Amino acid sequence: MVSSSPVILEMRSITKEFPGVKALSDVSISVRANEIHAICGENGAGKSTLMKVLSGVYPYGSYSGDIVFQGQACEFKDIRASEAAGIVIIHQELALIPELSILENIFLGNEPTKFGAIDWNQARRRSLDLLARVGLRDDPDTPIKEIGVGKQQLVEIAKALNKSVKLLILDEPTAALNETDSQHLLDLIRGLKSKGISSIMISHKLNEIEQVADSITIIRDGRTIETLDVKDDGVDEDRIIKGMVGRTLESRFPDHTPNIGEVFFEVRNWTVRHPQVADRLVCKNASFNVRRGEIVGFAGLMGAGRTELARSVFGRSYGNFVSGQIIKDGKEIVLRTVPQAIRHGIGYLTEDRKSLGLNLLDDIKETTVSAALQKVSKYSVVDVNKEYTVAESYRKQLRTKAPSVDEGVDKLSGGNQQKVVLAKWMFADPDLLILDEPTRGIDVGAKYEIYGIIQQLANQGKGVIVISSELPELLGISDRIYTIFEGAITGVVSKEAANQESLMKLMTAAKKSA
Amino acid sequence: MNGIKQLFGGNTRQFGMIFALIFLIIFFQVFTGGLTLTPDNVINLFNGNAYILILAIGMVLVIIAGHIDLSVGSIAAFVGIVVAMTMRDWHLPWFMGILIGLVLGALIGAWQGFFVAYVGIPAFIVTLAGMLLFRGANQLVGKSNTIPVPKDFQYIGAGYLPEVGPNTGYNNLTVLLGLIAVAAIIWGEVHTRRNAESIGAVVSPLWVSVTKIVVLSAAVLYTTYLFATGRPGTSFPIPGVILGLLVLIYGFVSSRTIIGRHIYAVGGNRHAAALSGVKSKKVDFLVMLNMAVLAGLAGMIFIGRSNASGPFDGVGWELDAIAAVFIGGAAVTGGVGTVVGSVIGGLVMAVLNNGLQLLGAGADITQIIKGLVLLAAVVFDVYNKSQGKKSITGLLMRNFGNRPQAETTETKDIISTPAGV
Repeated sequence: MVSSSPVILEMRSITKEFPGVKALSDVSISVRANEIHAICGENGAGKSTLMKVLSGVYPYGSYSGDIVFQGQACEFKDIRASEAAGIVIIHQELALIPELSILENIFLGNEPTKFGAIDWNQARRRSLDLLARVGLRDDPDTPIKEIGVGKQQLVEIAKALNKSVKLLILDEPTAALNETDSQHLLDLIRGLKSKGISSIMISHKLNEIEQVADSITIIRDGRTIETLDVKDDGVDEDRIIKGMVGRTLESRFPDHTPNIGEVFFEVRNWTVRHPQVADRLVCKNASFNVRRGEIVGFAGLMGAGRTELARSVFGRSYGNFVSGQIIKDGKEIVLRTVPQAIRHGIGYLTEDRKSLGLNLLDDIKETTVSAALQKVSKYSVVDVNKEYTVAESYRKQLRTKAPSVDEGVDKLSGGNQQKVVLAKWMFADPDLLILDEPTRGIDVGAKYEIYGIIQQLANQGKGVIVISSELPELLGISDRIYTIFEGAITGVVSKEAANQESLMKLMTAAKKSA
Repeated sequence: MNGIKQLFGGNTRQFGMIFALIFLIIFFQVFTGGLTLTPDNVINLFNGNAYILILAIGMVLVIIAGHIDLSVGSIAAFVGIVVAMTMRDWHLPWFMGILIGLVLGALIGAWQGFFVAYVGIPAFIVTLAGMLLFRGANQLVGKSNTIPVPKDFQYIGAGYLPEVGPNTGYNNLTVLLGLIAVAAIIWGEVHTRRNAESIGAVVSPLWVSVTKIVVLSAAVLYTTYLFATGRPGTSFPIPGVILGLLVLIYGFVSSRTIIGRHIYAVGGNRHAAALSGVKSKKVDFLVMLNMAVLAGLAGMIFIGRSNASGPFDGVGWELDAIAAVFIGGAAVTGGVGTVVGSVIGGLVMAVLNNGLQLLGAGADITQIIKGLVLLAAVVFDVYNKSQGKKSITGLLMRNFGNRPQAETTETKDIISTPAGV
């Protein structure tokens, strides 16, 4: 039945380049009427980019290739144009105004008017109808901030319905939802399908995809790998995973013989609440340990709670601490603040370099010493000669490409910025260094050098935790890998026993392994 | 042209404000028929603006940390009235008055800093409340009256360096100060060069250093001459001495100490600073505290100069101080700005005020011109940044104190900085 219905959307040979990176290369996808089409791929495979091309976020002309929607070639110059055609995207980060009511949010930017004034009577009448269609029974005058994320998601869909949507794009719609809300949402999407509204769904939760999708397109490294028909091809999670990761490992990692000592750092039963949503746990009873000289990988999909775990351990710099213990060198330590964590020999390199890791107004030398100023100071006065020499020696050691250490960090490439941040933590000389996505946005050559630095740190007897979304990277450098799913640690695999498929299973299907 | 670039380092536009200041001085000197650079006028200019410049020093730190302080005028007035009353009613000596003023300033600063840093209320709101609160407190305590201050207290606002030693026809202490300043300039430049050599950084050509020393020393010596040859009984004013000391101290603290680095770090990227182990709340608290102490000091200098504390002291000072800071190259978004730059920004405003007065312009025209200058300075700065250049005086003056020369080997533009003050 599905395969017989007409194609409503065709994207042909879409290629999109960013300076230095080809995000999409010759990607094609076709969506039929009355179907739910899932797009799968690893983080950074190009799923979101593709959806941004489709919804006009990247305007016509900034990519090559054709989009044909309902038989018409489309040249969307912005989101408004794609919405006028009936394509509505609901982003992972909901675009609702918390202070405004449900009613006001539904009609925001699309207000019904009478003689130039907003016709609230008409809006209210229509909103009741829309809310009924998405199964939301709340008073339309309720402010958005007073309803949960699950209901907010429904309001987004009501908003889309109000725009006479024909194709709904959902980017990770259930990422922030609990089981019940997720199920309700998936049911709703299926209900919409029967009323003639097709959906494209991006999700990391493969069990959900298996459950609702009619067909699946797999994207890897910016290319279409295959399109599967769920019913005819007998698709299950394993089949999807194989498509997602089926890449050969090249020798992209420096040789390294680990010299692993005893366990010196341990986290036990670590539980942390979300900073805003009180009933949501971002870390659930997580326990892990690190040995001296060991590189420990943390694998998990985006939003699984890897960063949250790392940052909450690093001086409770994220979330509200509930319970748990940290044991270092056989003694329990309590780290309430970042300075305490640093004093106890823990360093954390942030995942988001520009907004959390660097002061872009600083130059290389100021950044290099910024986590250990006291080491270049006497009586609280910074010895600028020492600062210069220290920064210079790290610049040489890490081969940071910059004319001098007086260069502003904003002038450096991503790889060199990352080297400066690494230098900062190397100079702080922690016993345990947590690296959150250390190679994100960095070209291959610089990645190789950074792997070398990580191994060098481990050789010095430090423990290194590497959090990464790229499984080949984790498999390449880690001695041991923990997998995380929805804030809980779902497994630990030694380097020898790990492969991408087994990790992906642990990362996506917690229930099966637990 | 290349020579000038070598001399001033990098892009000549970076010196925009210094050039603007020099230009303004020359302009007014010519058009007032030489009235600008007379001993009396220069002394007046310093005395009449020292308290604004002191406020600018505190304000730039607040603004670097990403906040603002609207309450400084009211705090100055409140501290002023309390100090005046304690001295009048309790017959406290002048130094006790000063001590009380500083402690009161610190208490007020702690109050505001608490709300900004630990309760998380935006400084704009907290200090707007403070502006109303302390203005009212001034009028409540003083019953809206003007209260005179004793003679010996007036010294800090209207005093001059005393005459000591042999009669040379000049004020000896002023001359001594000038010579010390010149010595510091020479020592600073030599020290900078030696440092650069010792750590293997590139040293600027010798003639650049020599020219720099000659130009700066000449400027200092001429100013010294002006101050040392005023009317009998006048010389370098005490508020100027206090200001000079504060510039030295705060310039050093902001650029060379850990807490100074932390202020820039918090303003530049609060999250990155926190994740590098900076106690950002403590930094917020301290800059607000410090600002109020300096506001108290400015208030005391002002009542010393005007011989009395009144209910409308300090009205509008916050705006002058904020304007000075932004003219001096600070960024509204925080993280950028320098103590010396702000003082230069304040001097630009002061010279404008003074020059226009000498030319007989009314308060109306003066305000219009000051407004336009503030706007022009910031537009210029924003334009510069959009061209990929760094803030005018901002980054330049950040090298206040003898930090190693910032030089690039691969580009023609060599960024070197004047040493010392």
